[in-house]
Amino acid sequence: MHSALSSLSFSQATTVPRSNYAFDSHSPAFALSQPVNLRFCGLRREAFGFSSLTQSCSGRVRVSSRGHSKKISASAVGNGTPPKSFDYDLIIIGAGVGGHGAALHAVEKGLKTAIIEGDVVGGTCVNRGCVPSKALLAVSGRMRELQSEHHMKAFGLQVSAAGYDRQGVADHANNLASKIRSNLTNSMKALGVDILTGVGTIVGPQKVKYGKVGFPDNIVTAKDIIIATGSVPFVPKGIEVDGKTVITSDHALKLEFVPDWIAIVGSGYIGLEFSDVYTALGSEVTFIEALDQLMPGFDPEIGKLAQRVLINPRKIDYHTGVFATKITPARDGKPVIIELTDAKTKEPKDTLEVDAALIATGRAPFTNGLGLENINVVTQRGFVPVDERMRVIDANGKLVTHLYCIGDANGKMMLAHAASAQGISVVEQVTGRDHMLNHLSIPAACFTHPEISMVGMTEPQAREKAEKEGFEVSVAKTSFKANTKALAENEGEGLAKLIYRPDNGEILGVHIFGLHAADLIHEASNAIALGTRIQDIKFAVHAHPTLSEVLDELFKSAKSTQQPSYQKKHLGGICSFADDSHT
Amino acid sequence: MASPFLSNTTISFSSSLSSSHLPRLLPSISFSPIRFKSNPRRILIVRSKIREIFMPALSSTMTEGKIVSWVKSEGDKLSKGESVVVVESDKADMDVETFYDGILAAIVVGEGETAPVGAAIGILAETEDEIAEAKAKAASKSGASTPSAPPPSPAPAATSTLAPPKPAPAPAPAPVAEGPRKTVATPHAKKLAKQHKVDIESVVGTGPYGRITPADIEAAAGIAPSKTNVGPAVVVETTPAAPPKATAAAAAPSSLPPPVPGSTVVPFTTMQAAVSKNMVESLSVPTFRVGYPVTTDALDALYAKVKPKGVTMTALLAKAAAMALAQHPVVNASCKDGKSFTYNSNINIAVAVAINGGLITPVLQDADKLDLYLLSQKWKELVEKARAKQLQPQEYNSGTFTLSNLGMFGVDRFDAILPPGQGAIMAVGASKPTVVADADGFFSVKNKMLVNVTADHRIVYGADLAAFLQTFSKIVENPESLTL
Repeated sequence: MHSALSSLSFSQATTVPRSNYAFDSHSPAFALSQPVNLRFCGLRREAFGFSSLTQSCSGRVRVSSRGHSKKISASAVGNGTPPKSFDYDLIIIGAGVGGHGAALHAVEKGLKTAIIEGDVVGGTCVNRGCVPSKALLAVSGRMRELQSEHHMKAFGLQVSAAGYDRQGVADHANNLASKIRSNLTNSMKALGVDILTGVGTIVGPQKVKYGKVGFPDNIVTAKDIIIATGSVPFVPKGIEVDGKTVITSDHALKLEFVPDWIAIVGSGYIGLEFSDVYTALGSEVTFIEALDQLMPGFDPEIGKLAQRVLINPRKIDYHTGVFATKITPARDGKPVIIELTDAKTKEPKDTLEVDAALIATGRAPFTNGLGLENINVVTQRGFVPVDERMRVIDANGKLVTHLYCIGDANGKMMLAHAASAQGISVVEQVTGRDHMLNHLSIPAACFTHPEISMVGMTEPQAREKAEKEGFEVSVAKTSFKANTKALAENEGEGLAKLIYRPDNGEILGVHIFGLHAADLIHEASNAIALGTRIQDIKFAVHAHPTLSEVLDELFKSAKSTQQPSYQKKHLGGICSFADDSHT
Repeated sequence: MASPFLSNTTISFSSSLSSSHLPRLLPSISFSPIRFKSNPRRILIVRSKIREIFMPALSSTMTEGKIVSWVKSEGDKLSKGESVVVVESDKADMDVETFYDGILAAIVVGEGETAPVGAAIGILAETEDEIAEAKAKAASKSGASTPSAPPPSPAPAATSTLAPPKPAPAPAPAPVAEGPRKTVATPHAKKLAKQHKVDIESVVGTGPYGRITPADIEAAAGIAPSKTNVGPAVVVETTPAAPPKATAAAAAPSSLPPPVPGSTVVPFTTMQAAVSKNMVESLSVPTFRVGYPVTTDALDALYAKVKPKGVTMTALLAKAAAMALAQHPVVNASCKDGKSFTYNSNINIAVAVAINGGLITPVLQDADKLDLYLLSQKWKELVEKARAKQLQPQEYNSGTFTLSNLGMFGVDRFDAILPPGQGAIMAVGASKPTVVADADGFFSVKNKMLVNVTADHRIVYGADLAAFLQTFSKIVENPESLTL
């Protein structure tokens, strides 16, 4: 549901190794994260309204999972028979970016569509994720530039001391979020999508109830249902979030205060972006990372360069290979206290005293209270199990017909645009066209200064696959230092890296670190999605002088043994979709 | 293009030795432990296991390289194949790996500096015992082109002279009431400590919760922070006047009483050291003082009127002093050699400002010519720059007359020390309601402020100063002219 802010498939990379943070709906650990959900997500709050108020949600999950066989039989008798005629062709639960993308495409396909939202339209991305964070990052980028005397001098510019007004910055983020939210709402209304307000719960096949606390529930039926309920910030146990000095991205985006010194737990996308914001606004930052190196999930070479540019010269230090096992908010005249434990030995290692702590350990799916037990679906660490076509799989490993799950809730790739692409793919399927999304063609970006972007595999991933399947892998690189436009901007720091198969010219992955990397990646992601090969794309023309020439040069420097397709007689299948191996 | 170099290539020092333009030297290096007189910067000592790290040639066209960053710092252990330094060539940035195991004993060329291909940029010692030797070598190496870090050679000398006063605080490393407590330093403070080789444990934190802040490290390192690599903006550091006095100052500490047990010794920052030096130097100038009461009711009224327009009291006083100086150029003069008057063509008012742990005198240049509003704006800029420690030398050492105001603290009068290189300094006390009797015997209450000027009696005589003060007083009592 939220793009750059989420930890994408890397969220697995970050959460999986933190086995002691593992999120399991049947373990007490989940109960601990409950208060967080309660506090920050309207959807969640109202979801509780349906269960008895005295009962904790995790308790409810356990009860229902224990007794689900009984319930199934009950539902089979009661509302198990699907209705013959439906209120809607498609109901989407959750109006985040994923739900919105699906709804728009459904209308285009002529489906009668409704979307159920218990909180605000726009979901995490628009309200508490990528959108407001981009506003903060826009500010931090400018601050950085204005503060860099050296940079300004190189342009012959003179700027007296740059300063900022915290409330003004916070307002910019908030205004942007409300603007995008109303755009989203209006676009759906204009197209005739029904927006149903309340928490959606699945009561049986093709049947959903929704309603607000204290109001009677409404039951609606649909031929197909898409779950798109997204995620909430994941807070490991032992960490006490008070919303003031110990915060998640939800609070940080409101920018209620700029601490002198903030610890950021997790050095993935969310952590990195916030380190960019905070250091530009004058804070000092300490990263706490459970893995042995910062920025896990990025291509190692890009990570190394990014560390050299984004971490080392800034007022940032870090502790790697440690868990923040206990974080106590500032109170009684004491600072925020963070206890660090060695990730391997589990021995206490250090204690930090800082002014604030931001928990950026990834995101947890928001799927409780969805009524999945009514259709015999058991979540895995909270995620709804799906097949490669986003069809929900039940406890017996069978597909649940007419039920799909997209976005963060299925955990395949926790990015706003991935959710939207999955939604479009589902709509294609329910309108009779088989479609399978190639996740390796979905780009990801981190909006630091400069930006980081990527699509496809990292070099180690590609080499591992090559070893297994017996093909060769080559790597080509270009530097921003040689790019006219980058030099004109005095932003020569940067690297673009292409991982490809020299035998057939297939692009396996592209990683960019440099000015506007997030905008540059699409040439590569489109090439992967359309199956364009190196030998063909290198003949594409790029305007001069542009940053895009970094990629032009990258493609040209790659060496494929294949002839370009214009030299081949059969022009038929040039745009064959990516290999099966890609999916 | 950079890609052929970037891809897969990792440069090691060995490759720098064997790179294309050095082949002639290579055989001799490997076979004889002889110094090369022909090329002094390539002194290679094979005798001990101290090795130099050379600037590698990263491309065929590269003649010099810039150190982007040192991945390792001095004292770090290196193992073969590890990245040590990042070098920027004319084409790209590349990691340079070590070809040997050892310890990075010294960095000869600092970050951001350039060195020709083949020049030593760092020294690698094989064991810890050789670090000192390596450092000495680095010191000789750095020679004229000393890197930004303090030159290594004077350092040992400095520490040895500093040694005597140190033993006192031995039992309590941090005299914080709580007793043995963990040192907490901010990320930037730690980076600075490493960069300036400050032992963080020996620093007393002054930040929140007693944490060590970047400013604490800078103070401990005796450096003035921020980009200005010029000496810090320090009290009137114009011309070094009387060097002989320095010996007296140096001699003094020997007769110091032993430190009281439990006391802490905090070395001067550069700024504080400069203040100290100037103050001692001032002893060589014969000075005298003349005080004068000035009625400020009119000035106060004017101030109330112009304050909303951003005019500060400092600007008003500086302007008044400058206008008075214009009529008494001798007070604006200085005595450089003890034989002559040096009349200054400009009236530049230096104003003393206390800044955490130091004293700065930003200068309002041509204060007599600028109008009040410009002067106030200029002052605001100078103070901001001073706080950010970004004053340029001419902004703090071009003063011809100094103004020091402690009136805001309620001080009614004080006596200022004349900064070397200037003829006079004015000490301004607080303006206070005072009962006065006029010529007709009528009592009234007026705001009076005591002004005390210290001057160099070699060039400024009592009557000069009195006349100057009278003019100043008239200007302040009829301040309309200030706004013209």
